[in-house]
Formats: sequence, C-alpha cells, structure tokens
Amino acid sequence: MPQVITVDGNEAVARIAHKLNEVIAIYPITPSSPMGEFADQWSAVGQKNLWGTVPLVQEMQSEGGAAGAVHGALQTGALTTTFTASQGLLLMIPNMYKIAGELTSTVFHIAARSIAAQGLSIFGDHSDVMATRATGWAMLFAGSVQEAQDFALIAQASTLESRIPFLHVMDGFRTSHEVMKIEALSDDDLRALVSEDLVRAHRARALSPDRPVIRGTAQNPDVYFQARETVNPFYQKVPSIVQGYMNRFAERTGRQYKLFEYFGSPDAERVVVLMGSGAEAAQETVEYLQARGEKVGLIKVRLYRPFSVEAFVEAVPASARVIAVLDRTKEPGSAGEPLYQDVVTAVVEGIAEKRPKVIGGRYGLSSKEFTPAMLIGLFEEMKKPSPKNHFTLGIHDDLSHTSLPYDPQMSIEPPEVKRSVFWGLGSDGTVGANKNSIKIIGEETDYYAQGYFVYDSKKSGARTISHLRFGPKPIKSTYLIQQADFVAVHQFGFFERFDVLESAAEGATLLINSPYSPAETWNHLPYEVQQQIIQKRLQVYAINAYQVAREVGLGTLMNTVMQVAFFALSGVLPREEAIDKIKEAIRKTYGKRGEAVVRKNFAAVDAALAHLYPLEVPAVATSARHLPPVVSPEAPEFVQKITAPMLAGKGDLLPVSALPADGTYPTGTSRWEKRNIAQEVPLWDPAVCIQCGKCVLVCPHAVIRSKVAPPEAFASAPEGFQTAKAMWKGLEDQRYTLQVAVEDCTGCSLCVEVCPAKNKSQVGRKAINMTPQLPLREQGRKHWDFFLSLPDYPRHDSLSFNSVKNVQLLQPLFEFSGACAGCGETPYLKLLSQLFGDRSLIANATGCSSIYGGNLPTTPWTQNREGRGPAWSNSLFEDNAEFGLGMRLTLDKQIEYARELLGRMRESLGAELVDALLQADQSDEAGIDAQRERVALLKSRLEGQDDPKARDLLSLADVLVRKSVWIVGGDGWAYDIGFGGLDHVLASGRNVKLLVLDTEVYSNTGGQSSKATSLGAVAKFASGGKATPKKDLGRIAMSYGYVYVAQVAMGANDAQTLKAFLEAESYDGPALIIAYSHCIAHGIDMAKGMEQQKLAAESAYWPLYRYDPRLKAQGKNPFQLDSRPPKISFKDYALHENRYRMLRQINPEAEQMFQAAQEAILARWKTYEEMAQSHEQEAAARTPAKATEEV
Amino acid sequence: MTQPDLGTTYLGLKLAHPLVASASPLSYTLDGIRSLEDAGIAAVVMYSLFEEQIEQESHALHHYLEYGAHSYAEALDYFPKAHEFNVGPHEYLELLRKAKENTQIPIIGSLNGVSSGGWTEYARLMEEAGADALELNLYYLPTDPTLTSLEVEEMYLDVVREVSQSLSIPIAVKVGPFFSNFSHMAARFVQAGASGLVLFNRFYQPDFDLEHLEVTPNLVLSRPDELRLPLTWVAILYGRIQADFAITSGVHTHLEVLKSMMAGARVTQMASELLKNGLGRVGEILQDLKHWMEEREYESIRQMQGSMSQINVANPDAFERGNYMKVLRSWRPDPTGMLLR
Repeated sequence: MPQVITVDGNEAVARIAHKLNEVIAIYPITPSSPMGEFADQWSAVGQKNLWGTVPLVQEMQSEGGAAGAVHGALQTGALTTTFTASQGLLLMIPNMYKIAGELTSTVFHIAARSIAAQGLSIFGDHSDVMATRATGWAMLFAGSVQEAQDFALIAQASTLESRIPFLHVMDGFRTSHEVMKIEALSDDDLRALVSEDLVRAHRARALSPDRPVIRGTAQNPDVYFQARETVNPFYQKVPSIVQGYMNRFAERTGRQYKLFEYFGSPDAERVVVLMGSGAEAAQETVEYLQARGEKVGLIKVRLYRPFSVEAFVEAVPASARVIAVLDRTKEPGSAGEPLYQDVVTAVVEGIAEKRPKVIGGRYGLSSKEFTPAMLIGLFEEMKKPSPKNHFTLGIHDDLSHTSLPYDPQMSIEPPEVKRSVFWGLGSDGTVGANKNSIKIIGEETDYYAQGYFVYDSKKSGARTISHLRFGPKPIKSTYLIQQADFVAVHQFGFFERFDVLESAAEGATLLINSPYSPAETWNHLPYEVQQQIIQKRLQVYAINAYQVAREVGLGTLMNTVMQVAFFALSGVLPREEAIDKIKEAIRKTYGKRGEAVVRKNFAAVDAALAHLYPLEVPAVATSARHLPPVVSPEAPEFVQKITAPMLAGKGDLLPVSALPADGTYPTGTSRWEKRNIAQEVPLWDPAVCIQCGKCVLVCPHAVIRSKVAPPEAFASAPEGFQTAKAMWKGLEDQRYTLQVAVEDCTGCSLCVEVCPAKNKSQVGRKAINMTPQLPLREQGRKHWDFFLSLPDYPRHDSLSFNSVKNVQLLQPLFEFSGACAGCGETPYLKLLSQLFGDRSLIANATGCSSIYGGNLPTTPWTQNREGRGPAWSNSLFEDNAEFGLGMRLTLDKQIEYARELLGRMRESLGAELVDALLQADQSDEAGIDAQRERVALLKSRLEGQDDPKARDLLSLADVLVRKSVWIVGGDGWAYDIGFGGLDHVLASGRNVKLLVLDTEVYSNTGGQSSKATSLGAVAKFASGGKATPKKDLGRIAMSYGYVYVAQVAMGANDAQTLKAFLEAESYDGPALIIAYSHCIAHGIDMAKGMEQQKLAAESAYWPLYRYDPRLKAQGKNPFQLDSRPPKISFKDYALHENRYRMLRQINPEAEQMFQAAQEAILARWKTYEEMAQSHEQEAAARTPAKATEEV
Repeated sequence: MTQPDLGTTYLGLKLAHPLVASASPLSYTLDGIRSLEDAGIAAVVMYSLFEEQIEQESHALHHYLEYGAHSYAEALDYFPKAHEFNVGPHEYLELLRKAKENTQIPIIGSLNGVSSGGWTEYARLMEEAGADALELNLYYLPTDPTLTSLEVEEMYLDVVREVSQSLSIPIAVKVGPFFSNFSHMAARFVQAGASGLVLFNRFYQPDFDLEHLEVTPNLVLSRPDELRLPLTWVAILYGRIQADFAITSGVHTHLEVLKSMMAGARVTQMASELLKNGLGRVGEILQDLKHWMEEREYESIRQMQGSMSQINVANPDAFERGNYMKVLRSWRPDPTGMLLR
C-alpha cells in the first residue's frame, strides 16, 4: 500500500524536486516560496536526494539571479531546479530562452500566479506561464495536489529523455496551498522512472575543461535561422516521451494520465477544454450533468507545450458539436487567449470533417472562484445555436458584456461530503488547528480530506476562513464551500462585520466562541443574524474558548479548544478517539517546543468539552442590536459604492463598470474602515502628560494625535473631551489635546512603552494607559470626530518642525494601515508624510509597505484639508529606485521647461511675479507656502489665455512648487533585488530620497534571509543562522562622496531620526536613509519594538550616523557618528529576539556564531569611529602652526 | 611537622578540602567548570536549573513561532521549521554529563523546581546525567497573604520527600533563614530525606531606580559579614541534627572557612570572592588555611569541625537571647566618646 500523506501542493512538489536534484537556486515569491523553504530546511538537516547526497540550496538576490545560477549549474552538469511564480518567472525569461535553446534538461516548478497589470495580485491564474510560451519550454499542468506530486516526477523523467526543459505548473494557492490527502511516491517509484543513464548523459553534456567546447556563441544572419530550426526533432518527440512516462507511471501507481484526457459522455456534443485546478471542478460538473443524461464532456489539458494536435484531436469525441476553451489568463488585444488559439488551430488542422465550433473565454483570474454553477452556465450557453465567443465566466461584465449568466445559488456538492467552514482571526490559531484536523482525518481515517484557507490582506486583525471537506471519495471541488453543514465562528465580533452564515446550509450546526454566558450569548447576536439562524434552522452550540485557554495558561491561543468542540459536534470520529488523536497531533506539532507547551494544550483539550453547551434558539429574533453599516454614511460615494462591498467581503459582486479602468484609486480611504480590532486602547491622562510628542511619533497607525488650538475652538467639544494648557513657549494661551482613534487603533501599546511621563503616585501608570476599548468606543468616536474638526497648526507659522515635540502637531498623511500591530516600518512613513507628505511623490517597492500601503480595499495614504497629499505608486520589486528616478527626471525636465516658459513670458505675466517665481527660496515651509501663492496667482493670470505657451505653462505650473521624490522599500529590495538600480540611482546625483525600511528579512513573504540579515540570525533560507555579516549598505553609498547617508533607529534616538529626514530632504542630491525597523519576523514582543531599537544602538549593532556631503565644503568631517561606544554586548540585545534565541536552540555552534557576530560588530564600530575621528585628526594635523600662534 | 589534613566529607563524598564552588555563573560552561577544577576547588555545585525558566523558554518559543502565523497569505509563518529545538533541560544535562566526563572532582547538580512533577523529573535526569549529589534550591517568595507558614513549610517538605524517594544519590537542601523556628525546619528537612543543609539561600531583593522610577534587579555580591547568620545557625544545629552542613554566604578568606568549620560545617561554598578576585583565590585561601593551621598546630580540618558549636563552647548562651541583650546594651551612639562631648 502506498503511504498516504496530507500535504499541500507546495510540499508535495518540493518533496519530489528535492529528491531529484543536486542544486537548487531559490528566491522567495508568493505563492511558490514554501517550496524553496522546504528544500532549504530539508537540506539544512541533511535530508538526502535519491542518490544519497544532500542537495545544495542557494538563495539568490532575485529570480533573474536564480535563473542565471540555474543556467550555470545546468551547464556544468548538475541536476538543477528552482521554484517561482508571477514576476519571478518573468525575470527568468531571458535565461529560459537560453536553457531551451541549448536543449538542457531541467524542471522549474511553478505555482502559477497573476501578473501585476492594473494592480498586483498574489493569487492564482496562468498569466505568468502563458507569458513564457515562446521560450521553447515544455509545459505540464497539474490540476490537484496529487497530480502536482505525480507530474513533478513525470516532468523530470521526461526532460532528461527529451532534453527539452519543463515548466511544471500548478495553480497558485488553489493547488499550492490546498491541503489534500494524497498517495505519496516512494523512492522506488522515483527510481523506476528516472533513468540513471539519462542522468549521466546530462552530466556528460556539461562544460568541462577536460573536454572543452564553447556554448553560447554569437551567430550571424548566415546561420542563426538554420541553427534555430535544429531543435525541431526534439520537440516532436516530447509528447510521446511524456505519454510514455505517464504510462510507466500508471503501471507502478495505478494512476493513468494522458496528455489530453477526456471525461464525460462518449457521445458528448458539448465539450469544455481547460487545464489546471479548474479542470477538477469541471470534471465534477461533467459527471453531475452526465448522470442527468446531458451529453457533455471535458478535455483536461496536461501537456500544453509542445501542443500535440494529434493527441488533442484523438481526445475530442467525434460527436462534439461545440468546444468551449477556457483560459485562466488574459491577453488583451489578441484574437483569443492562448489555449483557445491552440485549440482552434488543432481543430482546423486536425479535424477535416464535422468540425466542431470552437468558442473561448476567460475564467478564474487572480483566484476568482470557478464553480460548477459557472460551468453549468457555460454548458447552457453551448446549447445555443450561436453561443457567445470570447466570453468571461464568474464576473458581471456590464461594460463589454462578455460575461455568461449563471445561477450563483446552484450547488452540486455530493451529500456524502462533510463540509465545514471556520471563521477565525489570524492570531487565534484557527488555521493551524484546522490543518491539524485535516491531517488527523486524512491520515487516521478512510476519509479523503481537503483544506483550503482564505486570508485577507491585513497583517493585523486579519480574518481567516478555513474550508474543510471530508468524504469517502477523492475530492474534486476546487472551489470554496457554498453549502456548509458545519460553521464555526471563532470571533464573536465577526457577526457584526461579515455575513458569516451565508454559506451555512439549512439545518447546519453553528459553533460560536462566545465571550458571554449561556444566558447572554443569544441576546448579543445581531437581529439579522438571529433571523438567519431561525430561518436556516441552525443547531447552535457555544463555548467560551478564550476563557478555557486563559485558565489553562494558553493566553489567547484557543484553537485547541475549538478543535475539540468541532470534533465533538461533527462526529467525524468517536469522541474518545478524536481526543486521543488531537493529543497525538499536539505532541507531534508542538512536542519539539517543549513539554510545557504540550501539557497546557492537553489541559485545554481536557477542559474543553465541559464548557461546550447547546444554545436554545427561540422562534423569533429578539435582539435589539442591528448590523451597523459597513462604512459611515458620510463616506464619499466611491467608498460607499466600491470600497464598502469589498470591506464586507462582497467584492466579487462588483460589476466591471464599477472599477477604475487604469488602476487609479482615491487616497484617504482607510479612515472609513473602522476595524475595531483592539481589545485595549491608550487613554490620555492630561495631568501626567508632558506633551513631548513621543507617543504621537511612534504610533505605527497614526491613531494618537495631538493639536494645539485657542480655547474657544473647544467651546463645542463633546462631553469628556480633555485638554490641557499648551506647554509651548509663545502658545501658553492655547489648549493642547491628545486624542486616540479608538476604532482604528490596533492596541499595540508602543505608545505606552515610549511614554516617559510617570504618575508620581502610581509609577506603573503613565500619561497614556491601555484601557479596555469597548466601553470607550462610542465616546471615543465622538471625540475623534471633534478632534478632526479642530484646526491644524499652520505649517508655515512660527514653529519650526525640527523637534519631536513640534512635529506632533503636523497632520499625518499616512493613517490606519493594515500593517502588523506595532509595526516598526510605518512610524517612519508616517513621519515622512507629516514632514513632506503634501509635496511628495512616493515610489514604493513591492513588499510589506506596498501591501499595507496599497492593497485594496483601502489605502492609508491620505490628503490634508487642502486636498494635497502623497501621490503613491508601486511599479515592481526590482525596479523601484529606477521608477522613482523616472519621477524625478520628469520633475526636473518639467521644472526646466516651466522656467523656460516663465522666462519667455516674463513680460506678459509680469516681471515681478516671474522673477519671484524663479528666485523663490523654498527651503522652509513659509517659502513653500509663499511659492504656492505665487503659483496660484500665475495660474489665474494664465487662465483663459489662448497662447500655446500659456496653456503649456498652466499645465506645468504646479511643478514650480518644490516637490520631493521618496523611493521607499524594504531591505529585500534595497540590499538584494533592487540593489543594482539603487546603486545607479544614488550615483546619478539626482535629487531623490531613498528610505530603506530595514527589517533584515523579506518580511512580506515570511521572513527569508536577505543580505541585510545579520550574522547568527535564524531566518528562512538561513535555518542554521546566517553565516555572514550584514552588508554595510550605508558605507557603500558613502563611498560616492556626494550621497547623503543616514542610519537611524527611531526607538534609539528619535531626534536623530527627525534630523536625518530633514537633512536628507533639504540636500539637493541623492539621499539614503537606512531605518531600523523592528518586525514580527524578529520574534519579539512588538510592544517592546522601540526598546529593542535602543538596545540595537547601545550594542553598536546598529550605530546611528549621518553623512552629509555639504559639511565638506565647510571644512568639516561629513561623517557624524551619533552613537556612543557600545555599552552592552551583542547578546544583551540579540537574546530578546526569537531569531537569535532560536540559534541556541537549533545550532550547536551558536556560541561561536555569537562571538563572530560580536567581533564583526566591534570591527565595524572601530571603522566608524576612525571615520568620525579621521577628519579631526586631519584638521589637527593641518593647523598646528595656528594653534601655536594662538598660544 | 606534617602538613595538616584538609580533607573533609560532604554528602558522602570525600573531598580534598572544604572549598566548594557554589551555584553561580562560574559553572555556566564546561570551560568554567574545568577552570574551577584547575584552580583547585574540591567540588562544584553547578548553577541552578530553573524549571520555571525552561517552561518560559518553551512558551516563548511556541508563542513567537505562532505569533502572526497563518494570518496572511504571503507569510504563513515567519521562521524556518526546525528539525529539533534544544529546549528543556537538555543543555544543562549535557553540561553536567560533559563535566563528569572531563573532570575528576565531584559535580553536584542544583535544581529549582516549580511543579512537583518538575522537581522529581529534573532531579532524576540529573542523577542519570551523572550528578554525584543534588542540591535542591528551595527558593519561593510567598506573596499570597492567605497562604499560611505551615502550608509553605509542608510544600517544601513534600518536595524534599518526593525527590529523596525518587533518587539514590544524596540530596542537600539550600534554604533561606526565614522560618519561625529554623531548628525545627532543619530537623524536618532531614527527616524528609535531606542529607545536607546549605545555609543560606540569598533572596532576590530588587532595588529602586529613582531616576527612572523603576524596580530593578540588583544582585549584590556577598560580603564577609554575611557569614554571621549561617555561622550562628550551623553552630546551633551542629550535633543536634544529623546532617552535613555547608555554609554558603560571606566566605571570602581562610578566616571564614575556619570559622565555618569550627561552627560545624563540612564545607564552605563560595562564588562572590571568585567572581570578584578570580579563581586564583582558591589556591591562596588554601595556602592561608594551611599556614594558619600549621601555626596553631591543627592536625586536620576534622579536628576543628564543630569545635565552636553551641554544644561545644564554654558559654552556650553566647548564641542565645541573653547575649543578644548584652550586645544591645553595649551599643553606644558615640562609642569613641569624642563626638558628643
């Protein structure tokens, strides 16, 4: 019997790839990153491949780099692979042409994903692989986790024999992240298909100085064409080679695959053609319709390239009247999508008589749901004499009218399948517990099991929905559960925010984690929810899982409790057996983390059932609570109509016409979201407050703000609104207020940690103190609204914004992002927005900051009262510096042209105005304000003039006001993938500002090592601790001599941070700020993030400095070291973080690595000290005579 | 005259002399333990294994591996999945095992537990790892006003009873002095199975940082005058309770060693002096000890052990209340008689 395992597609594929390769070059990109992570982890612990040696895994700086390394490794004879998706695959295209052109055996494993066009998407479709069609690679598509594993082997065997490289493709997320019970392939299965002779033949083709040849020549018109045609015979053989291996595979495993596999009625008239995971749902649908007498069929495409016309035609039933080809990609402007075009060609070339009609359409872009209901809609359409061609499925296209109608209520799920949906919070462990449950059921029972997990795009307070299916037959439902017989709501608050019962079938069981007593729970459900429960006749059970978890010492991790309740109610396993299995799973999952953890989870299991109770459902809804509107009625129309449905999880219902055509969205939308995710929020105590502004500065979500205004401005303040006498010289007659947006706060408590003011009678209390949010919510909302109505302190007034205290009065134009609670990056962005936001263009590299900055539904980038604010855009991950430079080039050109026009129109516009515009000093806020007024005057004079010069100048006038270009991204961009561009942009000498939010790992993709990762830190792709020290990016930049460089850490020295931002912006040239950003990936208590920054500086791990080229002109040392010599050791800083503590727990060489890290830090510190002193010494050396004279 | 015999026995272990390293950072590493042996120490009590710390590490690891996991599609976790984590007492036991393999001197494990299961489990593991004896570090600061002293005492005794029953190596109990009747408690510890009493545990007493208004941990190294309290109690208990006594506070020179021996201790444990002035102090103290004994013609340490205990001194009341009152009366605000003239 084959071994049964319960894994996701990524793990299933990585297992085979790791077994069948010697060299693996990797780079993280969603959704393929886990494949690289698995490979790296397995190699790190010495797991061997089929030939008994541990594959060498190398992380590269980009996918382009990975492809280059793969190419080199292949050319020297290693069995080599990589894993990638989306933009990553696009970066590999140049090498893919080479690898194919040189007839090189390799398989790249792809978790297929959308390509960034009008917007980025991390989700699945075939846009990426379709972009590589011309490279000459074979393409084998898997539709399920089982197939993904099986095809990984078949592709490898086939490439070795055919010499044509293979893309092995599974659908991103739907297959890569779907957990399924599958039959595992054994080493013997692998050996049976992979020919040792062919492996050695691959090696024999390698470059070697012992049998030298050259490959990769440059060719001329005389031979290039002919040489290109030499490969044809190789491609012609591929289909039969692949089918041959599929047949051999079937002999061993019983699973027979075909290049084009037909399912359905032998006399089908209507046939759909598609590939990937959607084909599974199509098979389910065809079987359903066939059982009801419909003459329908399906052709699953496995080998898409090389496309065998012969094999395809063979698969088409002679009875076929109409063929519908479904493409999971879009090729705008084409005659049809790629698979459609291939099928049309095949039908024309291969079927001479009774040619069926071929229509094509698109479905499932960016993991858009693809359901049997949609397919049934398509089959209905195919009945028509003239079915619609170039259609879309699953959306409502009211613009071009491409979409086919279908009945969204239609469900064909077989009754024997148990379907459960769980609504949880990212932080409550729901998904982890469900993954465990699937393993238990998949591996301990005869049931087939499937798990798919839906996440939202927030990093704090994120919602998760788990879809679990169990049944006696393999599960082909590659779509979300629409009719669940079990729904668990792990967060009571979700009842108000989402339609959690939408998928509950009639008579389903509902399990609620209720913080209320059995008597109170029903009354706390909103009226509309009660109605749904009654109408659907749901069986309701409740448990206070948080209480159970707390009582056994598990804090907020109540997943185990809910898991026990699920097993108890679902009856998948007998209760006692279920409990034993849960405990086994706990030991297996958590055992490595220590006995204490296991013990507490066991205690939770034992305590759970006693707290589970059925809830009596009355005949009528009684609740006085009603569902609140998704957004305030005061929100703008766009937010009401477009954003709100997305927020409510109903974005799928938005028609095409509702969405902007070019990806342009309004800013200032996060303010309408009101997520209410904090259990506790800070509450101000004016009596203790010293008005220093530190809390305002560090708040990652811009929810703490202050204002100073005349007393009369507070006349209409709501009850309880607090103020204090302003502690500013010259503003003593004004009132100060500090307010908290309680509905937007994430409860991170960074603010409380940095508050320096302590209550003299109770030193544990400060000027702000964490307080339960719920009782403050109503009043807090009123206070916040009133606060926003207060006037802002004028930017151009007497205060200069060079101190933290004064900066607190500037309106942040970056607010309420979905970043992690306590994020270390966002305080810097918020500061940037306060200081320069009203005149900034922001180029944002892909990564955390582009996700919390620009992932729909909302954006935190916002506008001030005048409607000014940051204009933001994300191009790619790798090109961000160049993207930002492009913005600057435009500005520079436009300014030059505008100034030329001013010069040409000096007389007609008025010499005084023109001269003032041209000579304006915009070095401070007052100067900028004055220039804005001049520009307004200029515009009024230009308005209505018919002169082309005037019209041009009018269109350009705004550039005459100083603009700032900020190029923002993380260390993955700056140190690795974008480093070449960053270096070039710095070298350009142009006036651009680069802000590196350095978290020392690829945070957004889950903490992979970058060149910013420090020696000894444990990260993905550095599982034994990174062996080399962090790159000194600042020193590289300083080597130019004309780049302003600063290294900052807000928690270590906020004044230095502020100074660096101001100096960088004022410098008329390139500036680079490297900002220490504590991160969830460090494994720290995020509330202590700022404290950790302080320790980083105190240990000299993160010395603070500023390099200002302007100082050279003043005869001063441009390098200023702002840190003092180390006063604590590296370990005193590092051991507060899990990434370093783990080193001790997993690497016996940990102490030596800590020692090496310490030495590297001290060596670097010494260099900095010398840099700081050298100028003084030089100066001293230059001036001895003068000194003597003075004496 | 022949060299004085410095040999002593403690918990059934024959020791070359009475200088033993107490539980301290000196034994954090194998190199540290070897250096103690090279310096001439007679036995090493390893630093204390705190059950609470192990639990905390385990929980911290679990917490941070789960924190933020399965929340966001692009980052389902933030750390590599390790094959094995070195959490739990593994590191301590490995060090103990290596110390036994690489040194000739007795190695005494030291344990501070929380749960009854934890005490016996970790004690057993230490025995398996090769510990020659075990020191139970009974450190508990009762802050619950409803908890009676009897309950606290029973809790201590339960631990000693359970551990001694589950081990075959001897155990010593290291406690603080804060009992209503320490003599009674000492006797009950011995009844419960303790072969030795280590006097006294130094309780953690945090300090206040007035600048930042914070409570700060502040470990102060011991001073010679701290010897008085254990000296008094060893002298009182000697001969009354059948246990090996170790004195562990305030031992800095040969003089404190001599006093301890005369009070009735089998060994003196030291750390502060070695941390402050280096391991060379072991040789110097031994030299001074020998010199002092030679000068006064003592033949052996055994000869002096207990010689100044309460049962052996001419004026036993010097240890009791009468003497205390004399001391009080002898105190003058101006002992020189110069200042208040």
